[in-house]
Amino acid sequence: MNNNNNNEYLLKVDHLKQYFPVKDGFKTLQLKAVDDVSFAIRPGETLGLVGESGCGKTTVGRTLLRLYQPTAGRIEFDGDVLFDSGEQYDESGKMIVDATGKPIRGKKIDVDMLPYRKKMQMVFQDPYSSLNPRMTVEDIIGEPLDVHNLYKTKAERRERILELMEIVGLNAEHAMRYAHEFSGGQRQRIGIARALAVNPKFIVCDEPVSALDVSIQAQVVNMFEELQEKLGVAYLFIAHDLLVVHHISDRIAVMYLGKVMEIADADDLNNNPIHPYTLSLLSAVPIPDPETARNSQRIILEGDVPSPLNMPTGCPFRTRCKYATEQCAAEMPPLKDRGDGHFVACWNK
Amino acid sequence: MQNKDYANLKRNMLSTQVDISKFKDFDFEKATDEEKKQQDVMGESTTFFKDGMKRLRKNPLAMASIIILAIIIVAILVLPSIVPYKYDQSMMANGIRDRGATNLGIMEYSKAELERIDAGEKVFPHIFGTDSLGRDYFIRVVYGTRVSLSVGIVAAIMVLIIGLVYGAIAGYFGGMVDLIMMRIVDIIYSLPDMLLIILLSVVLDDVLKPIIEGTILAKLGSNMISMFIVFALLYWVSMARLIRGQVLSIKNNEYVLAARCIGTKDSRILTKHILPNCLSVIIITTALQVPSAIFTESYLSFLGLGVSIPMTSLGSLANEARAGLQSYPHRLVIPAIIICLIVLALNLLGDGLRDAFDSKLK
Ligand SMILES: Nc1ncnc2c1ncn2[C@@H]1O[C@H](COP(=O)(O)OP(=O)(O)OP(=O)(O)O)[C@@H](O)[C@H]1O
Ligand code: SF4
Ligand SMILES: [Mg+2]
Repeated sequence: MNNNNNNEYLLKVDHLKQYFPVKDGFKTLQLKAVDDVSFAIRPGETLGLVGESGCGKTTVGRTLLRLYQPTAGRIEFDGDVLFDSGEQYDESGKMIVDATGKPIRGKKIDVDMLPYRKKMQMVFQDPYSSLNPRMTVEDIIGEPLDVHNLYKTKAERRERILELMEIVGLNAEHAMRYAHEFSGGQRQRIGIARALAVNPKFIVCDEPVSALDVSIQAQVVNMFEELQEKLGVAYLFIAHDLLVVHHISDRIAVMYLGKVMEIADADDLNNNPIHPYTLSLLSAVPIPDPETARNSQRIILEGDVPSPLNMPTGCPFRTRCKYATEQCAAEMPPLKDRGDGHFVACWNK
Repeated sequence: MQNKDYANLKRNMLSTQVDISKFKDFDFEKATDEEKKQQDVMGESTTFFKDGMKRLRKNPLAMASIIILAIIIVAILVLPSIVPYKYDQSMMANGIRDRGATNLGIMEYSKAELERIDAGEKVFPHIFGTDSLGRDYFIRVVYGTRVSLSVGIVAAIMVLIIGLVYGAIAGYFGGMVDLIMMRIVDIIYSLPDMLLIILLSVVLDDVLKPIIEGTILAKLGSNMISMFIVFALLYWVSMARLIRGQVLSIKNNEYVLAARCIGTKDSRILTKHILPNCLSVIIITTALQVPSAIFTESYLSFLGLGVSIPMTSLGSLANEARAGLQSYPHRLVIPAIIICLIVLALNLLGDGLRDAFDSKLK
């Protein structure tokens, strides 16, 4: 029915919400780690996801891979709906409610993820805790092959593992070593090989370089790019460093306190940022050239990030935004297209 | 040209950046491929187990404990076939019971035996003397050690299996499952175990006797079986709690999440990712469980609730020795020393294992 859409997007996330119950004394509060996030990724494309620490980037990645059960929303991958909590939304992104104020629900969908685990994978943030210290490299990379029965003979398994190690630039002699014997950069390569083992179409890269030495960061980022060229995978590339994200991404989404504030083409976002939060993020990027750095004005954010347990009403950024008005406190601005696929959620800019 | 620019930049006094102006020229040589290769050479691969054993070998107390335990185990396996006496037979002379062979002291012979020695016959000495029924005490001690040690090991294995399965399930699935399972543990924890053992052995005695008759179990007696049942029912709780705690902390590691992302089944995650990572705790706690079971068994046997006569255990030997304590103190001292040796050696070995294998102490 909607073939056009299927061809265009590999992954489509709509109104995704992930609330964590948090105990506070006797009360149970809801921590809105991800609150109504929508985006889409084309085959072979890289979407960068940036935002301060704790804004919910990791949670977005893990929820769309269904490592957490989503609170609400809809996830569509490769033409199949993986999850749908059933809420309906109108054109402007408002939930459709009936006369009593209850949302009108459509059909709920919650599929078994096992077949999709072959198509979507994740590279984790921490190369130290994401590899089991009691397993050899061969077993770590071989596990996805075992789980999905991707080989017929032992020799075939071994061959595939060595091939994967070669792809990510690991020395084949080290197959029998334990993960704890490797450096951070090598460990991240093992993690990447594990994600590639099933030949996925889409990989969530959760800050894959932020735990690494600066000198190794470039190598690993370049490797991600080469892999994309060779294998045609799409990435959701999470980082808090705009420079790295700008380098690798086709498009960039900026998150703040569980919400997406701005999505645009990577260059467009860099040259023509619209949202006040993006502006402050860009001005925080260290500028390599001292002359320009002296001339540029830094926008320094005042105040702290509000706690996700106690979010401000309306626009979450209004406590630190110099353009804030009464409307900002009353209602969350919708993510609107400002032309050329440059989406911004702000009332006043 | 660019280098000059950097050299002219004003440096902050506190800057920790490399001072580029200190380098006269920038024509560093590039590392050759061979030099790069050298970085790839890594140390000898060591596994978790090898590593731990190496550290264990350096611990003199643990090694001494292993040697003592090995000697004891070899002794209780080999000695019954060397010593010509039976644990349940009184000394005989000419087809009738040798009345003079009761209550002999260490290395003493009875009159009848002395006569036989004079006649040129070889008589095996009573190394620890004999008891009040004329049974060789040495062989009784050997059998008693056998029983006590197997009780300890069997009980520890039972505790391990039940505690491991229960604790791993509670910890891994968490939430409601964990809550209910742990409340059950709390209830069992609050039961007075000694009282329960005494009550159970009285009740089970009647029930079990007809069932076990004619089997090898009958030799151990219904008391012993009820003791095992009580161990199985009660003592696994601390093991379950410990394993649950371990599983709870390990399952938060990203590698468990990564395994779920791959599509690994829960059972495989538990056996491949979680349990191998709490192996050290499992080994250590099991090693420490053995002496505690031996202690309980001895204590119960001392109260007369242990193995049934004529089978014996170290605890019941000590109990029997109470009657003649004034005249034959060695009959109490010998089993007491052996209990102490076994318990001490296992405790020291358990401590040694913890030091060697617990990664948190590394
Ligand atoms: N399993 C969880 N249970 C409860 N709260 C959680 C859970 N996971 C994340 N959170 C909370 O959700 C919020 C977003 O966390 P998240 O890890 O997604 O941030 P992030 O953007 O990835 O940050 P960083 O850059 O530090 O990795 C945080 O406030 C965090 O405390
Ligand atoms: S909506 Fe209002 S508060 Fe939010 S960023 Fe825009 S101007 Fe600032
Ligand atoms: Mg994160």
